[in-house]
Amino acid sequence: MIVMTKDTMEIVREQDVVPFRNRVREFGTRIGMSLVNQTKLITAASELVRNMLKYASGGKVILEIISHNAKTGVRLTFKDEGPGIADIAMAMRDGFSTGRSLGLGLPGAKRLVNEFDLKSNPGEGTTVTVIHWKHGR
Amino acid sequence: MERIPVLKMGPFLLVTIQVDLYDRLALTLENDLINMVSQTGARGVLIDISAVSIVDSFMGRILGNIASMSRIMDAETVVVGMQPAVAITLVELGLTLQGVHTALNVEKGMELLNTKLGDNLELDDEEEEDQDDRND
Repeated sequence: MIVMTKDTMEIVREQDVVPFRNRVREFGTRIGMSLVNQTKLITAASELVRNMLKYASGGKVILEIISHNAKTGVRLTFKDEGPGIADIAMAMRDGFSTGRSLGLGLPGAKRLVNEFDLKSNPGEGTTVTVIHWKHGR
Repeated sequence: MERIPVLKMGPFLLVTIQVDLYDRLALTLENDLINMVSQTGARGVLIDISAVSIVDSFMGRILGNIASMSRIMDAETVVVGMQPAVAITLVELGLTLQGVHTALNVEKGMELLNTKLGDNLELDDEEEEDQDDRND
């Protein structure tokens, strides 16, 4: 896997979300991703960044353009140092939320992107990595 | 503080969202709309999202909340102008916007609201007629 472009953004306030979404759009446009795939990626990113703000009061996101087996895509890595997720299987279930939300964020984001990986230990924070390829597969 | 303008058009309220919504702005809009429904006695709310490129689960929940709250206040909500990419994404995300009426554009949304208002008026008339019959 080759990383072609890399950028890091700190997300600490709600106002950071719109510029972050625009940056994700810019990365998608740069590799010629279609509008539908861009929308899916940005929506997933929006869910994950909201989780980060809500449960961990912020964190950082690494944005990368990657190339692998002649495929180009955008990889986003969300890192926070929040409380972590005690039961990952439960958190990935539709409709489950410890906050007062719809509980669609994590499972919904997973459905919207091509690759999704979540690592978390209670007390050590959470890292979510998503990849969306240029052609959405 | 930044705000999204709410316009009154006859018995309806019209909102055109032209900016990318962040959470606080969406919550302010929800609050403003419900207050306006109460103050003006509006019978319908039309929300144009044709310029909105992202609707995530939070934004979807706000749209659903506006529709439920308006209904309790005797007003129908129609969301119009959703971009195709947004519709595809919403369904995959798992949000079906239940209870929210939708229309392709502002014109069709207005028609839908007028029809709903018309239906309700007819119902009211029929009820009155029934009472008249009983009085006879």
